[in-house]
Amino acid sequence: MSAALPSAALRAVAPPGYLHAIARRLRHDYVTLSFAALLVLTVLAACCAPLVAHYDPYATGLLGRLKPPGWQGHLLGTDDLGRDMFARLLYGARMSLAMGVAPVALALAIGGTLGVLAGFYGGALNMAIMRTMDVFYAFPSVLLAVAISGTIGGGVASGLLALTLVFIPSLCRIAETATSQVRALDFVEAAQATGASSLSVIVAHVLGNVLPALFVFASSLISVSVLLAAGLSFLGLGVQPPTPDWGQMLAGLRQAIYLQPLVCALPGLAICIVSFSFNMVSDGLRHAMDIRA
Amino acid sequence: MSHIDGSNAASHARAARLAGEPAADPRDRGGLRQPLLIARGLRKRFAVRGGLFGRTMAHVHAVDGVSFSIAKGETLGVVGESGCGKSTLARLLMRLVEPDAGELIFDGEAVGERTGLTLGELRKNVQMVFQDSSASLNPRMSVAESIAYGMRVHGATRDAARQTAHTLLEQVGLRAALFAARYPHELSGGQKQRVNIARALALNPRLLILDEAVSALDKSVEAQVLMLLRALKAQLNLTYLFISHDLHVVRYVSDRVLVMYLGEIVEIGPADDVYRNPGHPYTRALFGCQLDTDPRRRIAEAPLAGDPPNPVDPPPGCRFHPRCPYAEHVCTTRVPSLGDALAAPLHAVACHMHDAASAHTRAGDPPAGMPHAFRADGDASDARRPPDLLRS
Amino acid sequence: MNAASVSAAAPASTPACAPVLAVDDLTVRFVSRDATVHAVNGVSLRVGAREVLCIIGESGSGKSVTLRALMRLLPADRTRLGGSIRIDGTDVLALSERQLSMLRGATVSMVFQEPMTALDPVYTIGEQIVETIVRHRRVTRREAQEQALALLEHVRVPSPQRRLRAYPHELSGGLRQRAMIAIALSCRPRLLLADEPTTALDATVQIQTLVLLKQLQAQFGTSIVIVTHDLGVAAQIADKVAVMYAGQIVEYGAARDVLLAPQHPYTRAMLASTVAGRPRELELQTIAGSPPDLRALPPGCAFAARCPRADSACSQATPPLRAAHGDGYVRCIHIDGASRAASDALAPADR
Repeated sequence: MSAALPSAALRAVAPPGYLHAIARRLRHDYVTLSFAALLVLTVLAACCAPLVAHYDPYATGLLGRLKPPGWQGHLLGTDDLGRDMFARLLYGARMSLAMGVAPVALALAIGGTLGVLAGFYGGALNMAIMRTMDVFYAFPSVLLAVAISGTIGGGVASGLLALTLVFIPSLCRIAETATSQVRALDFVEAAQATGASSLSVIVAHVLGNVLPALFVFASSLISVSVLLAAGLSFLGLGVQPPTPDWGQMLAGLRQAIYLQPLVCALPGLAICIVSFSFNMVSDGLRHAMDIRA
Repeated sequence: MSHIDGSNAASHARAARLAGEPAADPRDRGGLRQPLLIARGLRKRFAVRGGLFGRTMAHVHAVDGVSFSIAKGETLGVVGESGCGKSTLARLLMRLVEPDAGELIFDGEAVGERTGLTLGELRKNVQMVFQDSSASLNPRMSVAESIAYGMRVHGATRDAARQTAHTLLEQVGLRAALFAARYPHELSGGQKQRVNIARALALNPRLLILDEAVSALDKSVEAQVLMLLRALKAQLNLTYLFISHDLHVVRYVSDRVLVMYLGEIVEIGPADDVYRNPGHPYTRALFGCQLDTDPRRRIAEAPLAGDPPNPVDPPPGCRFHPRCPYAEHVCTTRVPSLGDALAAPLHAVACHMHDAASAHTRAGDPPAGMPHAFRADGDASDARRPPDLLRS
Repeated sequence: MNAASVSAAAPASTPACAPVLAVDDLTVRFVSRDATVHAVNGVSLRVGAREVLCIIGESGSGKSVTLRALMRLLPADRTRLGGSIRIDGTDVLALSERQLSMLRGATVSMVFQEPMTALDPVYTIGEQIVETIVRHRRVTRREAQEQALALLEHVRVPSPQRRLRAYPHELSGGLRQRAMIAIALSCRPRLLLADEPTTALDATVQIQTLVLLKQLQAQFGTSIVIVTHDLGVAAQIADKVAVMYAGQIVEYGAARDVLLAPQHPYTRAMLASTVAGRPRELELQTIAGSPPDLRALPPGCAFAARCPRADSACSQATPPLRAAHGDGYVRCIHIDGASRAASDALAPADR
């Protein structure tokens, strides 16, 4: 009796892989797709800001301050120093998006590595790393960001550092949990049973199973990062004037809210929309990856 | 690259077994009489931590003083229930877990000693086939990549490893063209298990530890995989350690059997002998629990009450004494020994009743009577009662 | 106490000869954007009072889906049910959600394979039993607690008073399974459904659980439907056996008949491939191939591709039911008196 082959019902067509399955699911998720499109549009607009904006975001005009949308060709009106709102929003998008993505990316690299190492090796290393993270985790994120940024002094670099430090603990924790779960699975034991070094096992077997969950979590952090960055610059700790930045713009226009409510609310609206879009996209991504293949 | 024709390989194995000796193997170092693996006094305890500062509150005696040997070319079956330590034993043999005490001798060379076998060399000689589960294969790696990984670790080039992986796939009955690029979630249970076997064979081992390798499979698929394992054993001159909770399967595949209870071996011997004349009261109760596919031979009463006990802080003396109907004072104080279990063909029982020199009132005169399940000529009475002696 | 409110059409008490469970031509399809899975294709069953029916099949045969369909536990948005299911005369498929939740637990209850996941880890065993009783019966909590204690004694849980206050994770596997059986029987249901109840248990615990189920069935007069892949479990406990393959019942009859003198080639092959009692020198009979894809079932008999006796007629139409095993049936066109004599020679009883 031969070791039997599968029946003729088997299809010879190459089966779709893991990523294809996710892409297929996303293709039908119209909500996620529309928010993703919105984000793409925002990024493009921010990159092509010089081409799209007619006015110079730094050019002040004391005669035309706080004008409503449509006044003399200013699409979205002017701010309290007569600068074109549309141009400032576009240029500000660069800063806000960058401060949304960059800290998370850095925190992912650092926190993710620490978490994987802690989860894989366990024992004393795990204790050392995770308890240190717990200390940082205990602080509310806004307070921590303000404290760090305030201590070092304002500016983009300090804002970046502060936000990165805020996000490292949670990413580390997620990485550690995922890694220790994966580590307990049979195939990791089988890989170790071949005599492979720990590094080889981590890179070949563990990372591939930990990174997806980590990426999804990180993408949900971007929306938080956008908000926090805006908050920092609102308080004067992040991006410094005259560089356009939404949070800073919001702070500047605060006084004038009764004079020109629509224009003054615009930066806040922008922050809200971008943050929400990131949230929805990361949610959709998580959904698409959640379903068992 | 043809796949195995089971019937040819089976007759080959039969002939070899009739001749009484396994085929000569170029990797052989100790000679045919040398057992392939000798385990002596293996012990592993896990600390149970709890309390405020993680104090060690108790110990799980997973494996406690286990000694046995595996001859070349044989299949040694290991049976036992949850908590008996068989999975820990498998990992100790592969050194995936470091033992607290005891030694391993592979083909005459001590493992881990300066002059003996290194861990890396042990890994090339002893491999494990895991239970089929969603966790036995990396879901992010294709089948060929999973198989090739072990070879790449030991320095094979990508192409050579892939080539060998394809050959192995054919050997386990999966067409490489169809399966090499597949992912685990696209395979059925039986197919995944074949891939598991192929992965274990990648490093050309001599001893294969099968830890519940067929337990999660459907019965018809289980039959296919068992036939495959039999064919592979003959073709590749393998030795098997077959761990399972399914007594029927263990009897079918094994030459010798050992029974574990709470981290110790309670009985060991040739399979037919142990199944026909189980000596230890636990073994008898266990065999009495096996279900038959004949509705005329139903079991009227469960031979043993309660669950398999927790290996945390086991009872002193013979570990079965709290549930044994023959327990006496000596059973609570002295641990019964298996005798010289390393002398292979012996049927040894770790019980004071089987030890003529012990202080048990039935020393040297164990009670007769056996469960009906494994007698060749079962009587077809409507209800099968275990001997009264075992009601506990 | 709840039968009257559950269905206006149902009689208040069923006559002794009416079956507790009557399933006719049940079909279950799972629809999704990609494909439709025909999980169950025309299953008919009868379970009488105090009877134990065992549905045997391998993975993908549709046995678990059938069981869950009986209580309508399948996801409503993706599932399409057809045919009819009558429990104690009540048409289950016609019930509203509220009526369904009154049916569950009181008339029909279920025991699952994994007690650890089926029991709620944050409530004690006692609380879970009491909750079920209070939900379906008009009794006070105190009375319910007394009933819970009595139940635990019935299912032979040692130190029941202490166990009532225990959480699921504090109990061993066998005790958890007993606790789950206690919860399932707390309202004296007419029908108990069990999905692989002993698969996850050790051998010594498995036989205790099976013996217990049989005793409780006699004591409480409950009918039981057990789904399993283990022929030994069927032999041990079943009065009737139904063998499922690719969503259909291929053989149905009294346990003795089906297991000792199987008619359908699939049943025969399954029995021939069991390891129990087989001498080491003999090869195991395996069934070539693998089960068909339920998304694309071939026309005719689903087993034809793997059947040693298949011919062209098998692939043309679904085989009709042929009477066999007394009041049972076989779904195969190759069964007749002549071949039955020859097939008896292959029956596993004569090893």
